[in-house]
Amino acid sequence: MHELSLLENVRSILEAHALSENFQIVENITLEIGALSCVELDALTFAFESVMKDSLAEHAELTFKIIEGQGRCVQCSQLTPMSELYDVCVHCGHFRVEILSGLEMKITELKVR
Amino acid sequence: MCGICGCGDSGGQSGKFVPIKNMSFSPVMSSFQYHHREDSVEKSRLIQMEVDLLSKNNVYATKNRHYFQEHGVFVLNLVSSPGAGKTTLLVETIKILKNFFPIAVIEGDQQTQHDADRIRATGGRALQINTGRACHLDAQGIGSAMMQLGIENNSFLAIENVGNLVCPSAFDLGEAHKVVVLSVTEGDDKPLKYADMFYAADVMIINKIDLLPYVDFDVARCIAFALQVNPSIHIISLSATKGDNFGEWTHWLRSSMEKVIKSHAL
Ligand SMILES: Nc1nc2c(ncn2[C@@H]2O[C@H](COP(=O)(O)OP(=O)(O)OP(=O)(O)O)[C@@H](O)[C@H]2O)c(=O)[nH]1
Ligand SMILES: [Mg+2]
Ligand SMILES: [Zn+2]
Repeated sequence: MHELSLLENVRSILEAHALSENFQIVENITLEIGALSCVELDALTFAFESVMKDSLAEHAELTFKIIEGQGRCVQCSQLTPMSELYDVCVHCGHFRVEILSGLEMKITELKVR
Repeated sequence: MCGICGCGDSGGQSGKFVPIKNMSFSPVMSSFQYHHREDSVEKSRLIQMEVDLLSKNNVYATKNRHYFQEHGVFVLNLVSSPGAGKTTLLVETIKILKNFFPIAVIEGDQQTQHDADRIRATGGRALQINTGRACHLDAQGIGSAMMQLGIENNSFLAIENVGNLVCPSAFDLGEAHKVVVLSVTEGDDKPLKYADMFYAADVMIINKIDLLPYVDFDVARCIAFALQVNPSIHIISLSATKGDNFGEWTHWLRSSMEKVIKSHAL
């Protein structure tokens, strides 16, 4: 499960920011996750508690902000929604679509004290 | 004065020392343990940031990539489901190309030294990393492995990732290309089912084509699916054990190596 590695990275990011931003407890973590990214939200939520145990985010909650997938068609240049990496252009059916958003996996906000 | 927040507390007469229970004591955190707090109830606040969840891995991957560029090392990260033929492909590649340029292999498996032993049997240099429960290699592990292995200038380094079509897709190791190996016994719809991996890869090898008469695998359909996920993926069909079309792969590898060596010489 690579969700474990992602969460371990979250934990070290929190620890580094605790020093620079001067907080002791994390109450909420907002993650921005693209709909086309390879992150499984259930798996993240499931592993969260065990990875954060004994850390400053032990009792933190997770908030997900889902970023919809969107691409630009290489053939007709129009914007097209994407829910899978292999979606074709909704306007002309072409499969060469350049992905503009939906691959994000970021921490965007912490609620701390 | 409190070293953390500069709050002016000098010994705890007025304020309270609040031990934070069971913190993870990475060295950097231990100074934090008895951080002074004015009131027992502090107000919450929001901090905005934009930090990638893979940031730590990506920092190491960038370091590795710099090292490879500086030393003219051409690096491929081989990924596939278990048993698709990554080690066989490497063994046969070393047999054919070992006199053209130095070749080293980093083998990632959850357990055993078997694959590294198979590489060494060809006379190739190999280092085995056992990832234990981890289902992928990460850039930090590759960084220390390559120092241990000692990589020559102007050489080819193959990294055989853990057999897994999901997790390794997200972890950049600093390679030039991810090469996904798909064998014909796995089904021609795999590029859609594991789209993340085929999206992340630059090269797809369809392996075990000697078995095509015995399995229901439509090569054209598989190629169409792969191109749908990744229109620029380069595709080579071959048999690693029987040698069918193996030359297309070694030719691609040699010309890629030549480009790397040329640009390193500049
Ligand atoms: N028929 C046939 N068998 C092959 C071919 N390539 C590999 N094999 C066989 O497939 C089996 C697995 O090959 P490996 O090279 O160990 O596969 P791998 O991807 O390294 O496996 P893991 O490291 O365990 O994930 C072995 O029995 C190989 O002999 C091929 O082109 N044709
Ligand atoms: Mg192997
Ligand atoms: Zn279009």
